[in-house]
Amino acid sequence: MALRNIIGKRIGNGIGLVGRRSLSTATSDVENRNAKSMNLYSAINQALHLALETDPRAFVFGEDVSFGGVFRCTTGLADRFGKARVFNTPLCEQGIVGFGIGLAAMGNRAIAEIQFADYIYPAFDQIVNEAAKFRYRSGNQFNCGGLTIRAPYGAVGHGGHYHSQSPEAFFCHVPGIKVVIPRSPRQAKGLLLSCIRDPNPVVFFEPKWLYRLAVEEVPEHDYMLPLSKAEVIRQGSDITLVGWGAQLSIMEQACIEAEKDGISCELIDLKTLIPWDKETVEASVRKTGRVLISHEAPVTGGFGAEISASIVERCFLRLEAPVARVCGLDTPFPLVFEPFYMPSKNKVLDAIKATVNY
Amino acid sequence: MATAFSAAKFTAQPFPLNPASTTSHDSSIVFAKPTSLFLGSTRKLRLTSYSKFNLSRRSGTVDAVSDVVKQKKSKSSPSLLITKEEGLELYEDLVLGRAFEDMCAQMYYRGKMFGFVHLYNGQEAVSTGFIKLLKQQDSVVSTYRDHVHALSKGVPARAVMSELFGKTTGCCRGQGGSMHMFSREHNVLGGFAFIGEGIPVATGAAFTSKYKREVLKEADCDHVTLAFFGDGTCNNGQFFECLNMAALWKLPIVFVVENNLWAIGMSHLRATSDPHIYKKGPAFGMPGIHVDGMDVLKVREVAKEAIGRARRGEGPTLVECETYRFRGHSLADPDELRDPAEKAHYAARDPITALKKYLIENSLASEAELKTIEKKIDEVVEDAVEFADESPVPARSQLLENVFADPKGFGIGPDGRYRCEDPKFTEGTAHV
Repeated sequence: MALRNIIGKRIGNGIGLVGRRSLSTATSDVENRNAKSMNLYSAINQALHLALETDPRAFVFGEDVSFGGVFRCTTGLADRFGKARVFNTPLCEQGIVGFGIGLAAMGNRAIAEIQFADYIYPAFDQIVNEAAKFRYRSGNQFNCGGLTIRAPYGAVGHGGHYHSQSPEAFFCHVPGIKVVIPRSPRQAKGLLLSCIRDPNPVVFFEPKWLYRLAVEEVPEHDYMLPLSKAEVIRQGSDITLVGWGAQLSIMEQACIEAEKDGISCELIDLKTLIPWDKETVEASVRKTGRVLISHEAPVTGGFGAEISASIVERCFLRLEAPVARVCGLDTPFPLVFEPFYMPSKNKVLDAIKATVNY
Repeated sequence: MATAFSAAKFTAQPFPLNPASTTSHDSSIVFAKPTSLFLGSTRKLRLTSYSKFNLSRRSGTVDAVSDVVKQKKSKSSPSLLITKEEGLELYEDLVLGRAFEDMCAQMYYRGKMFGFVHLYNGQEAVSTGFIKLLKQQDSVVSTYRDHVHALSKGVPARAVMSELFGKTTGCCRGQGGSMHMFSREHNVLGGFAFIGEGIPVATGAAFTSKYKREVLKEADCDHVTLAFFGDGTCNNGQFFECLNMAALWKLPIVFVVENNLWAIGMSHLRATSDPHIYKKGPAFGMPGIHVDGMDVLKVREVAKEAIGRARRGEGPTLVECETYRFRGHSLADPDELRDPAEKAHYAARDPITALKKYLIENSLASEAELKTIEKKIDEVVEDAVEFADESPVPARSQLLENVFADPKGFGIGPDGRYRCEDPKFTEGTAHV
């Protein structure tokens, strides 16, 4: 497919993603029985199949989900569960999410798909003003915990302004919803099932770059991974790196290179952005004394700022260097300039060295 | 040939008019029981519905078209729809659109351009039919399928091709790409990747024109704005909000719906409660017209009326063009979902072949003249590709330009200098 060719071309520019990527998981928090090798969209597809199988009041809806979706995450669902449970909506994001809130308020599990995270903004009002506050303002009489919004986010190599955005920071500012971002197929399946079954509304961002590129052994059974628990995926002692989603693979490569210079890096996958696991990150920072946060979204006001502020608050005396943030630039997501905009491996590596040598 | 020139349907009227004076078309809409029909196959609904349109009637200019033509093609020009010059101009524009898009596909598969590219093959009649009636100061607002709109409006093929290749000589200096064609000179207000986002922008542009005329007293300012969008957009809130505003304030705007029946993989008939988009016009107090968008002459007749209305200050119009895209939604779309019979049906109504036939049968042009035009267009497109190839790629510093009006909007960096002046700011590190 054109996408793969484009990715192949971009490798030359030093983006750093190589062909098929599998990300290591340091902890084996899931049994490996009947594990099958699959990519991200297949893992998500499996999770959705399981979700609909186990709950007769679960629905999947969104634009083009019927034939499988533009990223193939919903293949087979309509055939298996019928058009009454898996259906296309017209092109109205505000309507889709609002409608999902209504379904959830009546006790159903609504799994809404927003075709690209860039299109989520018309629904922003419904998410912030309705979904996040439903339980609160009805005094717990009603809630829309059954709502899960899935959206592919992040750069894809050629997406340009409106197919590459990372809007997670906007949603992290809203008390009442949860934001979850998986880094790999195995994580995605477990986290998605947890999100769907979590009694709070969740926005689940899927890194679209990894849909085909990330391949991993994913157990075939129904398993859930805990929300709000960060995972240390690489042990180290000199510096703590915090990230999520596709950016972790870039950071991991930087860690491997830093290793050659004798810098031992600890890499943490935040997984849930709000409510985020402060304890794990703090424990790691107490060990290393240095922290670097990296994300694709623009640096100003990105979620890295929140992590930075919290860590400084809690670990000020332990810190040996300023908190480093290696993020996207403060411009709209560019088209031709994508390689310069992105927080690439080299930028992360340079920041690691600068922080360690502070 | 009977079907080719059957009348377009003209439903009208803002509320104040005496209902009795309007011939009620709504009764002639033979879609009696909507509910059952809309679950059926797209093809069936479309074909049978179309023939039923031949029955209904009324309304000035449009009927005149069908009557005139029905009385058989005579050689004398007064009864023809276009003159020879106009015919050739239209033909050239149609062929330019088609040749350009085909070249885009070639270039894409050769890796010269990238990103999401949406081609307009098959829908050229709508762009040519409408935009060729505009003046330079009139504005056009489009969607992500905007290459041909820009070309019809007068943006040089070189500028569009360079933009697609991401070069500095592109119409947006390489910063927009396929989906964001802008031109201040030709008043193309973009290319919008997001569906429906262009419609409020067009509404604002139309308001400016009315304001200039009525408040600033520039009496000759009769600029019209055309907003193009698709069938999927007609289910989006922004569309309805703008229909309301435009009708409320009687703005000089024409809402052109390019109904090609598919929104990526979603059939219009399965996504819309009432698939007759033109009916949504009268609900907001503006006329709604349905026209065969595969026939450039019919589109042009309807466009004349709608644009004329807007210029005279009579307010907005909603025009639904029934059209079809021959390729997939974008170059990454394998296009497996659409019925081959449906595709064949519309391929037989190719706007270029139809116009060619019309011109030749009415002795407005000879085969040789049309061939010359085609050759000329081929050269134009080849030249555009060469130009784009040879153009320079934007410098890295361009990344920071145009984020704010004041390039110093990025503030001061850690070393005390303005960030935008620091070459390291864009470069990041030496390696990158």
